[in-house]
Amino acid sequence: MKRLLIAGLALAAGLAAASWAAAEPVDDTLEIDGKPMITRAKAPEGLPFDEVLSGWLYREAETRDLERDSFENPAMVSVEDGEVLWNKVDGTAGKSCATCHGDAAESMKGIGASYPKWDPDSKRPINVELQINKCRTEQMGAEALPFDKGGQNELTAYIKYHSLGMPVGIDLAEGDMQSWWEQGKELYYTRTGQLNMACASCHEANAGKFIRADHLSQGQVNGFPVYRLKSGFTSLHNRFRGCIRDTRAEMPKAFSDELMALETYVTWRGTGLSIETPAVRP
Amino acid sequence: MTRRLKFTLGAMAAVVLSTAALASEIAPEAVEFTDDGVVASLTGTPGDPAEGAKVFKNTGLGNCLACHVNADMESDQFHGDVGPPLDGVASRWDEPLLRAIVVNSKVVFTDETVMPGFYSLEVGKGVAENFVGKTILTAQQVEDVVAYLVTLKE
Ligand code: HEC
Ligand code: HEC
Repeated sequence: MKRLLIAGLALAAGLAAASWAAAEPVDDTLEIDGKPMITRAKAPEGLPFDEVLSGWLYREAETRDLERDSFENPAMVSVEDGEVLWNKVDGTAGKSCATCHGDAAESMKGIGASYPKWDPDSKRPINVELQINKCRTEQMGAEALPFDKGGQNELTAYIKYHSLGMPVGIDLAEGDMQSWWEQGKELYYTRTGQLNMACASCHEANAGKFIRADHLSQGQVNGFPVYRLKSGFTSLHNRFRGCIRDTRAEMPKAFSDELMALETYVTWRGTGLSIETPAVRP
Repeated sequence: MTRRLKFTLGAMAAVVLSTAALASEIAPEAVEFTDDGVVASLTGTPGDPAEGAKVFKNTGLGNCLACHVNADMESDQFHGDVGPPLDGVASRWDEPLLRAIVVNSKVVFTDETVMPGFYSLEVGKGVAENFVGKTILTAQQVEDVVAYLVTLKE
Protein backbone atom coordinates (compact mmCIF):
# COMPACT_ATOMS: atom_id res chain seq x y z
CA MET A 1 0.00 0.00 0.00
CA LYS A 2 2.78 2.38 0.92
CA ARG A 3 4.43 2.69 -2.45
CA LEU A 4 1.19 3.33 -4.24
CA LEU A 5 0.31 6.19 -2.01
CA ILE A 6 3.63 7.92 -2.06
CA ALA A 7 3.14 8.57 -5.75
CA GLY A 8 -0.20 10.17 -4.99
CA LEU A 9 1.28 12.21 -2.24
CA ALA A 10 4.14 13.49 -4.35
CA LEU A 11 1.55 14.74 -6.78
CA ALA A 12 -0.51 16.36 -4.07
CA ALA A 13 2.53 17.95 -2.48
CA GLY A 14 3.64 19.20 -5.87
CA LEU A 15 0.31 20.89 -6.39
CA ALA A 16 0.37 22.30 -2.92
CA ALA A 17 3.90 23.63 -3.08
CA ALA A 18 2.86 26.49 -5.31
CA SER A 19 0.39 27.85 -2.82
CA TRP A 20 2.56 28.33 0.22
CA ALA A 21 6.08 29.55 0.62
CA ALA A 22 8.18 28.54 3.61
CA ALA A 23 9.35 31.62 5.48
CA GLU A 24 13.08 31.33 5.23
CA PRO A 25 15.53 32.88 7.70
CA VAL A 26 16.05 36.56 7.01
CA ASP A 27 19.02 38.06 5.25
CA ASP A 28 20.14 40.39 8.01
CA THR A 29 23.27 41.01 10.04
CA LEU A 30 23.58 41.27 13.78
CA GLU A 31 25.89 43.57 15.66
CA ILE A 32 25.62 43.94 19.43
CA ASP A 33 27.40 46.84 21.09
CA GLY A 34 29.49 47.22 17.95
CA LYS A 35 30.50 43.56 17.99
CA PRO A 36 29.63 41.59 14.86
CA MET A 37 27.84 38.30 15.51
CA ILE A 38 28.31 35.23 13.36
CA THR A 39 24.73 34.14 12.70
CA ARG A 40 25.56 31.87 9.76
CA ALA A 41 28.45 29.44 9.76
CA LYS A 42 29.57 26.52 7.66
CA ALA A 43 27.98 23.41 9.14
CA PRO A 44 30.33 20.97 10.85
CA GLU A 45 30.99 17.79 8.89
CA GLY A 46 28.12 15.31 9.23
CA LEU A 47 25.10 17.60 9.34
CA PRO A 48 22.61 17.27 6.50
CA PHE A 49 22.74 20.98 5.66
CA ASP A 50 25.45 23.39 4.52
CA GLU A 51 24.96 26.17 7.01
CA VAL A 52 24.14 26.42 10.67
CA LEU A 53 21.94 29.38 11.45
CA SER A 54 21.29 31.30 14.62
CA GLY A 55 17.72 31.32 15.88
CA TRP A 56 17.97 35.11 15.62
CA LEU A 57 17.57 34.86 11.83
CA TYR A 58 14.13 33.29 12.25
CA ARG A 59 12.74 35.98 14.48
CA GLU A 60 10.52 38.95 13.62
CA ALA A 61 12.14 42.33 13.00
CA GLU A 62 11.03 43.74 16.38
CA THR A 63 12.45 40.78 18.27
CA ARG A 64 15.70 41.00 16.32
CA ASP A 65 15.99 44.68 17.18
CA LEU A 66 15.51 44.00 20.89
CA GLU A 67 18.56 41.76 20.85
CA ARG A 68 20.59 44.23 18.80
CA ASP A 69 20.38 46.91 21.40
CA SER A 70 21.73 46.11 24.86
CA PHE A 71 19.69 48.95 26.34
CA GLU A 72 16.50 47.42 24.98
CA ASN A 73 17.38 43.79 25.71
CA PRO A 74 15.18 42.86 28.70
CA ALA A 75 17.68 40.23 29.86
CA MET A 76 20.53 42.67 30.45
CA VAL A 77 19.17 43.29 33.95
CA SER A 78 19.60 39.57 34.60
CA VAL A 79 23.21 39.78 33.45
CA GLU A 80 23.68 42.63 35.91
CA ASP A 81 22.11 40.51 38.65
CA GLY A 82 24.66 37.86 37.68
CA GLU A 83 27.47 40.34 38.21
CA VAL A 84 26.26 40.99 41.75
CA LEU A 85 26.33 37.25 42.44
CA TRP A 86 29.79 36.98 40.93
CA ASN A 87 31.07 39.33 43.57
CA LYS A 88 28.99 38.01 46.44
CA VAL A 89 30.74 36.04 49.17
CA ASP A 90 28.88 32.84 49.97
CA GLY A 91 29.66 29.62 51.85
CA THR A 92 31.93 28.57 54.67
CA ALA A 93 35.19 29.46 52.87
CA GLY A 94 34.22 33.13 52.76
CA LYS A 95 34.82 33.42 49.04
CA SER A 96 33.02 34.78 46.01
CA CYS A 97 33.59 33.80 42.38
CA ALA A 98 35.66 36.98 42.10
CA THR A 99 37.96 35.89 44.94
CA CYS A 100 39.40 33.18 42.71
CA HIS A 101 38.64 34.44 39.20
CA GLY A 102 39.01 38.19 39.57
CA ASP A 103 37.65 40.28 36.73
CA ALA A 104 35.22 38.15 34.74
CA ALA A 105 35.83 40.25 31.64
CA GLU A 106 39.34 38.76 31.62
CA SER A 107 38.99 35.37 33.26
CA MET A 108 35.67 34.31 31.72
CA LYS A 109 36.39 35.40 28.16
CA GLY A 110 35.76 32.41 25.88
CA ILE A 111 34.53 30.14 28.67
CA GLY A 112 30.90 30.26 27.55
CA ALA A 113 31.89 29.31 24.01
CA SER A 114 33.76 26.18 25.09
CA TYR A 115 31.21 24.48 27.38
CA PRO A 116 30.01 21.76 27.86
CA LYS A 117 33.41 20.37 28.59
CA TRP A 118 34.76 17.16 30.04
CA ASP A 119 34.88 16.98 33.83
CA PRO A 120 37.40 14.31 34.88
CA ASP A 121 36.07 14.29 38.45
CA SER A 122 32.47 13.39 37.70
CA LYS A 123 33.47 11.66 34.44
CA ARG A 124 30.83 13.43 32.43
CA PRO A 125 30.43 16.64 30.46
CA ILE A 126 29.47 19.64 32.55
CA ASN A 127 27.91 22.92 31.46
CA VAL A 128 28.42 26.36 32.97
CA GLU A 129 25.64 25.79 35.50
CA LEU A 130 27.32 22.63 36.78
CA GLN A 131 30.74 24.28 36.79
CA ILE A 132 29.30 27.02 39.00
CA ASN A 133 27.98 24.34 41.34
CA LYS A 134 31.34 22.57 41.34
CA CYS A 135 33.06 25.79 42.38
CA ARG A 136 30.42 26.48 45.00
CA THR A 137 30.60 23.06 46.63
CA GLU A 138 34.33 22.36 46.22
CA GLN A 139 35.87 25.83 46.60
CA MET A 140 33.40 28.00 48.42
CA GLY A 141 31.81 25.61 50.87
CA ALA A 142 28.42 26.71 49.57
CA GLU A 143 25.36 24.73 48.52
CA ALA A 144 24.90 23.79 44.88
CA LEU A 145 22.30 26.03 43.26
CA PRO A 146 19.12 24.13 42.41
CA PHE A 147 17.96 24.10 38.78
CA ASP A 148 16.70 27.50 37.61
CA LYS A 149 17.00 28.93 41.14
CA GLY A 150 19.20 31.02 43.37
CA GLY A 151 20.57 33.11 40.51
CA GLN A 152 21.82 30.12 38.54
CA ASN A 153 20.64 31.53 35.22
CA GLU A 154 21.78 35.07 36.00
CA LEU A 155 25.29 33.92 36.89
CA THR A 156 25.42 31.63 33.86
CA ALA A 157 24.34 34.50 31.61
CA TYR A 158 26.94 36.81 33.19
CA ILE A 159 29.67 34.28 32.48
CA LYS A 160 28.50 33.56 28.92
CA TYR A 161 28.10 37.26 28.23
CA HIS A 162 31.88 37.53 28.41
CA SER A 163 32.03 35.33 25.30
CA LEU A 164 29.62 37.51 23.34
CA GLY A 165 30.45 37.21 19.66
CA MET A 166 32.93 34.38 20.10
CA PRO A 167 32.29 31.26 18.02
CA VAL A 168 30.99 28.12 19.71
CA GLY A 169 33.59 25.39 19.65
CA ILE A 170 33.65 22.49 22.08
CA ASP A 171 36.46 20.00 22.52
CA LEU A 172 35.23 16.50 21.75
CA ALA A 173 38.71 15.02 22.12
CA GLU A 174 38.72 15.37 25.91
CA GLY A 175 37.81 12.34 28.04
CA ASP A 176 34.72 10.52 26.81
CA MET A 177 33.15 13.56 25.15
CA GLN A 178 32.84 11.67 21.88
CA SER A 179 30.66 8.95 23.36
CA TRP A 180 28.44 11.52 25.07
CA TRP A 181 28.17 13.24 21.70
CA GLU A 182 27.06 9.90 20.19
CA GLN A 183 24.42 9.45 22.91
CA GLY A 184 23.22 12.99 22.35
CA LYS A 185 22.95 12.36 18.63
CA GLU A 186 20.95 9.21 19.26
CA LEU A 187 18.56 11.20 21.45
CA TYR A 188 18.28 13.99 18.89
CA TYR A 189 16.88 11.55 16.36
CA THR A 190 14.77 9.49 18.79
CA ARG A 191 11.06 10.11 18.53
CA THR A 192 9.41 10.70 21.87
CA GLY A 193 5.97 10.98 23.33
CA GLN A 194 2.46 10.37 22.13
CA LEU A 195 3.08 12.80 19.25
CA ASN A 196 6.04 10.65 18.22
CA MET A 197 8.44 13.42 17.22
CA ALA A 198 12.19 13.88 17.54
CA CYS A 199 14.20 17.07 17.84
CA ALA A 200 15.08 16.47 14.20
CA SER A 201 11.40 16.34 13.20
CA CYS A 202 11.05 20.00 14.04
CA HIS A 203 14.54 21.52 13.92
CA GLU A 204 16.13 19.58 11.07
CA ALA A 205 13.35 18.39 8.76
CA ASN A 206 11.20 21.47 9.19
CA ALA A 207 13.42 24.41 10.10
CA GLY A 208 12.10 27.47 8.29
CA LYS A 209 8.50 26.28 8.41
CA PHE A 210 5.73 27.41 10.71
CA ILE A 211 4.24 25.13 13.33
CA ARG A 212 1.14 27.10 14.17
CA ALA A 213 2.45 30.56 15.22
CA ASP A 214 6.01 29.38 15.77
CA HIS A 215 8.67 29.84 13.13
CA LEU A 216 10.87 26.77 13.50
CA SER A 217 14.58 27.46 13.74
CA GLN A 218 17.41 24.96 13.85
CA GLY A 219 17.03 24.88 17.63
CA GLN A 220 20.52 26.24 18.29
CA VAL A 221 21.76 26.84 21.82
CA ASN A 222 24.17 29.73 21.24
CA GLY A 223 21.88 32.36 22.78
CA PHE A 224 21.17 30.72 26.15
CA PRO A 225 20.10 31.66 28.71
CA VAL A 226 17.65 33.62 26.55
CA TYR A 227 14.97 36.18 27.23
CA ARG A 228 11.67 34.79 25.98
CA LEU A 229 8.99 37.33 25.28
CA LYS A 230 6.47 34.65 26.22
CA SER A 231 7.94 33.53 29.52
CA GLY A 232 10.91 35.66 30.55
CA PHE A 233 14.45 34.66 31.29
CA THR A 234 14.88 30.98 30.36
CA SER A 235 17.62 28.41 30.80
CA LEU A 236 18.64 25.87 28.18
CA HIS A 237 17.50 22.81 30.09
CA ASN A 238 14.16 24.48 30.68
CA ARG A 239 13.85 24.90 26.90
CA PHE A 240 14.90 21.29 26.22
CA ARG A 241 12.35 20.06 28.74
CA GLY A 242 9.63 22.22 27.19
CA CYS A 243 10.28 20.85 23.70
CA ILE A 244 10.22 17.28 25.03
CA ARG A 245 7.02 17.92 26.99
CA ASP A 246 5.44 19.23 23.78
CA THR A 247 5.83 15.77 22.27
CA ARG A 248 3.79 14.52 25.26
CA ALA A 249 6.74 12.65 26.75
CA GLU A 250 8.07 12.55 30.31
CA MET A 251 10.68 15.27 30.75
CA PRO A 252 14.19 14.16 31.74
CA LYS A 253 15.56 15.99 34.78
CA ALA A 254 17.70 19.07 34.27
CA PHE A 255 21.42 18.16 34.18
CA SER A 256 20.54 14.45 33.86
CA ASP A 257 22.83 12.30 31.72
CA GLU A 258 20.25 12.50 28.95
CA LEU A 259 20.12 16.28 28.86
CA MET A 260 23.90 16.66 29.25
CA ALA A 261 24.39 14.33 26.27
CA LEU A 262 21.82 16.33 24.33
CA GLU A 263 23.46 19.63 25.28
CA THR A 264 26.85 18.32 24.17
CA TYR A 265 25.50 17.21 20.79
CA VAL A 266 23.26 20.21 20.12
CA THR A 267 26.05 22.63 21.10
CA TRP A 268 28.26 20.90 18.53
CA ARG A 269 25.52 21.37 15.94
CA GLY A 270 26.00 25.12 16.36
CA THR A 271 29.78 25.08 15.98
CA GLY A 272 30.98 28.42 14.63
CA LEU A 273 27.93 30.47 15.64
CA SER A 274 28.58 33.39 17.97
CA ILE A 275 27.56 33.25 21.59
CA GLU A 276 24.61 35.67 21.74
CA THR A 277 23.84 35.41 25.43
CA PRO A 278 21.43 36.79 26.44
CA ALA A 279 19.53 36.36 23.17
CA VAL A 280 15.93 37.51 22.73
CA ARG A 281 13.41 34.98 21.46
CA PRO A 282 9.62 34.82 21.20
CA MET B 1 2.59 -5.54 8.72
CA THR B 2 4.18 -8.10 11.05
CA ARG B 3 6.08 -5.38 12.85
CA ARG B 4 2.88 -3.53 13.53
CA LEU B 5 1.20 -6.68 14.74
CA LYS B 6 3.95 -7.53 17.19
CA PHE B 7 3.89 -4.05 18.60
CA THR B 8 0.19 -3.97 19.16
CA LEU B 9 -0.04 -7.32 20.87
CA GLY B 10 2.10 -5.99 23.68
CA ALA B 11 0.16 -2.78 24.04
CA MET B 12 -3.21 -4.47 23.82
CA ALA B 13 -3.70 -5.56 27.40
CA ALA B 14 -3.02 -2.07 28.73
CA VAL B 15 -5.47 -0.48 26.37
CA VAL B 16 -8.29 -2.84 27.02
CA LEU B 17 -8.03 -1.90 30.67
CA SER B 18 -7.62 1.84 30.24
CA THR B 19 -10.20 2.71 27.60
CA ALA B 20 -13.59 1.33 28.32
CA ALA B 21 -14.28 1.16 24.60
CA LEU B 22 -17.80 1.09 23.33
CA ALA B 23 -18.84 -2.31 22.08
CA SER B 24 -19.14 -1.21 18.46
CA GLU B 25 -15.91 0.76 18.44
CA ILE B 26 -12.83 -0.56 16.65
CA ALA B 27 -9.83 -0.50 19.00
CA PRO B 28 -6.67 1.23 17.69
CA GLU B 29 -4.79 -2.03 17.23
CA ALA B 30 -7.72 -3.66 15.42
CA VAL B 31 -8.02 -1.03 12.69
CA GLU B 32 -7.73 -2.73 9.32
CA PHE B 33 -5.64 -1.02 6.65
CA THR B 34 -6.29 -2.14 3.06
CA ASP B 35 -5.04 -0.82 -0.27
CA ASP B 36 -8.06 1.47 -0.27
CA GLY B 37 -7.30 2.82 3.19
CA VAL B 38 -9.41 2.26 6.30
CA VAL B 39 -12.75 1.38 4.78
CA ALA B 40 -14.88 0.70 7.85
CA SER B 41 -16.06 3.48 10.14
CA LEU B 42 -14.30 3.21 13.50
CA THR B 43 -17.58 3.60 15.38
CA GLY B 44 -20.50 2.91 13.07
CA THR B 45 -21.84 6.33 13.99
CA PRO B 46 -21.59 8.79 11.09
CA GLY B 47 -19.12 11.60 11.70
CA ASP B 48 -20.33 15.14 12.33
CA PRO B 49 -18.43 17.64 10.16
CA ALA B 50 -19.17 20.56 12.49
CA GLU B 51 -17.70 18.67 15.43
CA GLY B 52 -14.84 17.60 13.19
CA ALA B 53 -14.02 21.22 12.37
CA LYS B 54 -13.77 21.92 16.11
CA VAL B 55 -11.48 18.95 16.71
CA PHE B 56 -9.39 20.05 13.72
CA LYS B 57 -8.75 23.53 15.19
CA ASN B 58 -8.51 22.69 18.87
CA THR B 59 -4.88 22.89 20.00
CA GLY B 60 -5.46 20.17 22.60
CA LEU B 61 -7.14 17.77 20.16
CA GLY B 62 -6.31 17.57 16.45
CA ASN B 63 -4.36 20.82 16.30
CA CYS B 64 -4.27 20.16 12.57
CA LEU B 65 -3.82 23.87 11.87
CA ALA B 66 -0.43 23.61 13.61
CA CYS B 67 0.88 21.99 10.47
CA HIS B 68 -1.70 22.57 7.71
CA VAL B 69 -2.99 25.65 5.95
CA ASN B 70 -6.74 25.38 5.50
CA ALA B 71 -8.43 28.22 3.61
CA ASP B 72 -11.80 27.07 4.97
CA MET B 73 -10.63 28.29 8.39
CA GLU B 74 -9.31 31.62 7.19
CA SER B 75 -10.67 33.47 10.22
CA ASP B 76 -8.51 31.37 12.54
CA GLN B 77 -5.01 32.73 12.90
CA PHE B 78 -1.71 30.95 12.52
CA HIS B 79 -1.92 28.11 10.05
CA GLY B 80 1.30 26.13 10.02
CA ASP B 81 2.99 24.86 6.86
CA VAL B 82 4.85 21.77 8.04
CA GLY B 83 2.38 19.67 6.00
CA PRO B 84 0.67 20.47 2.69
CA PRO B 85 -2.38 22.75 2.61
CA LEU B 86 -5.59 20.79 3.01
CA ASP B 87 -7.58 22.92 0.59
CA GLY B 88 -9.45 20.54 -1.70
CA VAL B 89 -7.98 17.52 0.04
CA ALA B 90 -11.16 15.47 -0.52
CA SER B 91 -10.64 15.83 -4.26
CA ARG B 92 -7.27 14.15 -3.89
CA TRP B 93 -8.10 11.39 -1.40
CA ASP B 94 -11.23 9.29 -0.86
CA GLU B 95 -12.81 8.95 2.55
CA PRO B 96 -11.13 5.61 3.43
CA LEU B 97 -7.69 7.06 2.67
CA LEU B 98 -8.42 10.23 4.61
CA ARG B 99 -9.42 8.00 7.53
CA ALA B 100 -6.20 6.01 7.15
CA ILE B 101 -4.11 9.20 7.13
CA VAL B 102 -5.73 10.51 10.31
CA VAL B 103 -5.61 7.13 12.11
CA ASN B 104 -1.94 6.50 11.37
CA SER B 105 -0.33 8.53 8.63
CA LYS B 106 2.85 6.43 8.88
CA VAL B 107 1.07 3.50 7.24
CA VAL B 108 0.03 5.71 4.34
CA PHE B 109 3.15 7.80 3.87
CA THR B 110 6.40 6.54 5.41
CA ASP B 111 7.68 6.05 8.94
CA GLU B 112 9.56 9.29 8.38
CA THR B 113 6.51 11.52 8.34
CA VAL B 114 6.23 14.00 11.20
CA MET B 115 2.43 13.79 11.19
CA PRO B 116 1.29 12.08 14.39
CA GLY B 117 -0.96 9.02 14.25
CA PHE B 118 -4.15 10.26 15.85
CA TYR B 119 -5.68 6.86 16.57
CA SER B 120 -2.58 4.75 16.92
CA LEU B 121 -0.58 3.28 19.75
CA GLU B 122 2.58 3.33 17.69
CA VAL B 123 4.09 6.19 19.65
CA GLY B 124 7.46 7.57 20.63
CA LYS B 125 9.59 6.72 23.66
CA GLY B 126 8.84 7.84 27.19
CA VAL B 127 5.21 8.81 26.69
CA ALA B 128 4.07 11.01 29.60
CA GLU B 129 2.15 9.07 32.20
CA ASN B 130 -1.21 10.66 31.53
CA PHE B 131 -1.04 9.70 27.83
CA VAL B 132 0.19 6.12 28.18
CA GLY B 133 -2.02 3.66 26.31
CA LYS B 134 -4.20 6.49 25.02
CA THR B 135 -4.72 7.74 21.50
CA ILE B 136 -4.61 11.45 20.66
CA LEU B 137 -8.20 11.40 19.39
CA THR B 138 -11.09 9.11 20.23
CA ALA B 139 -12.59 6.93 17.51
CA GLN B 140 -15.58 9.25 17.19
CA GLN B 141 -13.37 12.34 16.99
CA VAL B 142 -11.51 10.67 14.10
CA GLU B 143 -14.84 10.00 12.37
CA ASP B 144 -15.84 13.63 12.91
CA VAL B 145 -12.55 14.94 11.50
CA VAL B 146 -12.87 12.65 8.49
CA ALA B 147 -16.43 13.85 7.93
CA TYR B 148 -15.09 17.39 7.98
CA LEU B 149 -12.18 16.61 5.62
CA VAL B 150 -14.65 15.10 3.14
CA THR B 151 -16.26 18.56 2.84
CA LEU B 152 -12.96 20.07 1.65
CA LYS B 153 -13.56 19.68 -2.10
CA GLU B 154 -11.78 21.66 -4.79
C1 HEC C 1 6.96 19.75 17.99
C2 HEC C 1 8.06 20.54 17.56
C3 HEC C 1 9.35 20.53 18.33
C4 HEC C 1 10.12 19.47 18.75
C5 HEC C 1 9.85 17.99 18.59
C6 HEC C 1 11.29 20.05 19.39
N1 HEC C 1 11.23 21.41 19.36
FE1 HEC C 1 12.67 22.71 20.00
N2 HEC C 1 11.47 24.29 19.49
C7 HEC C 1 10.23 24.19 18.92
C8 HEC C 1 9.69 25.52 18.71
C9 HEC C 1 8.33 25.85 18.08
C10 HEC C 1 10.66 26.41 19.18
C11 HEC C 1 10.60 27.95 19.16
C12 HEC C 1 10.94 28.45 17.78
C13 HEC C 1 12.35 28.07 17.40
O1 HEC C 1 13.32 28.69 17.88
O2 HEC C 1 12.51 27.10 16.63
C14 HEC C 1 11.79 25.61 19.65
C15 HEC C 1 12.97 26.14 20.17
C16 HEC C 1 14.07 25.39 20.54
C17 HEC C 1 15.32 25.94 21.00
C18 HEC C 1 15.63 27.43 21.16
C19 HEC C 1 16.29 27.99 19.94
C20 HEC C 1 16.65 29.46 20.10
O3 HEC C 1 17.19 30.02 19.13
O4 HEC C 1 16.43 30.04 21.14
C21 HEC C 1 16.16 24.89 21.26
C22 HEC C 1 17.57 24.96 21.77
C23 HEC C 1 15.41 23.69 20.94
N3 HEC C 1 14.15 24.02 20.52
C24 HEC C 1 15.92 22.40 21.06
C25 HEC C 1 15.16 21.23 20.87
C26 HEC C 1 15.64 19.90 21.17
C27 HEC C 1 17.04 19.57 21.65
C28 HEC C 1 14.62 19.04 20.91
C29 HEC C 1 14.52 17.57 21.17
C30 HEC C 1 14.74 17.12 22.49
C31 HEC C 1 13.52 19.83 20.41
N4 HEC C 1 13.87 21.15 20.43
C32 HEC C 1 12.31 19.30 19.96
C33 HEC C 1 9.57 23.03 18.54
C34 HEC C 1 10.06 21.75 18.75
C1 HEC D 1 3.18 17.93 13.14
C2 HEC D 1 2.65 18.08 11.82
C3 HEC D 1 1.28 17.62 11.43
C4 HEC D 1 0.09 17.61 12.15
C5 HEC D 1 -0.15 18.10 13.56
C6 HEC D 1 -0.91 17.12 11.25
N1 HEC D 1 -0.35 16.83 10.04
FE1 HEC D 1 -1.33 16.13 8.40
N2 HEC D 1 0.43 16.04 7.35
C7 HEC D 1 1.66 16.44 7.83
C8 HEC D 1 2.65 16.21 6.80
C9 HEC D 1 4.14 16.55 6.91
C10 HEC D 1 1.97 15.67 5.69
C11 HEC D 1 2.56 15.24 4.34
C12 HEC D 1 3.07 13.84 4.41
C13 HEC D 1 4.56 13.84 4.65
O1 HEC D 1 5.26 14.51 3.89
O2 HEC D 1 4.99 13.21 5.58
C14 HEC D 1 0.58 15.57 6.07
C15 HEC D 1 -0.43 15.12 5.22
C16 HEC D 1 -1.77 15.14 5.52
C17 HEC D 1 -2.83 14.78 4.59
C18 HEC D 1 -2.62 14.45 3.12
C19 HEC D 1 -2.64 15.80 2.41
C20 HEC D 1 -2.41 15.76 0.92
O3 HEC D 1 -2.76 16.74 0.27
O4 HEC D 1 -1.86 14.79 0.42
C21 HEC D 1 -4.00 14.92 5.27
C22 HEC D 1 -5.40 14.66 4.74
C23 HEC D 1 -3.69 15.35 6.61
N3 HEC D 1 -2.33 15.47 6.73
C24 HEC D 1 -4.63 15.60 7.59
C25 HEC D 1 -4.33 16.00 8.89
C26 HEC D 1 -5.33 16.17 9.93
C27 HEC D 1 -6.82 16.00 9.72
C28 HEC D 1 -4.66 16.51 11.06
C29 HEC D 1 -5.18 16.70 12.46
C30 HEC D 1 -6.12 15.75 12.99
C31 HEC D 1 -3.25 16.60 10.72
N4 HEC D 1 -3.09 16.29 9.40
C32 HEC D 1 -2.24 16.97 11.59
C33 HEC D 1 1.91 16.97 9.08
C34 HEC D 1 0.98 17.11 10.10
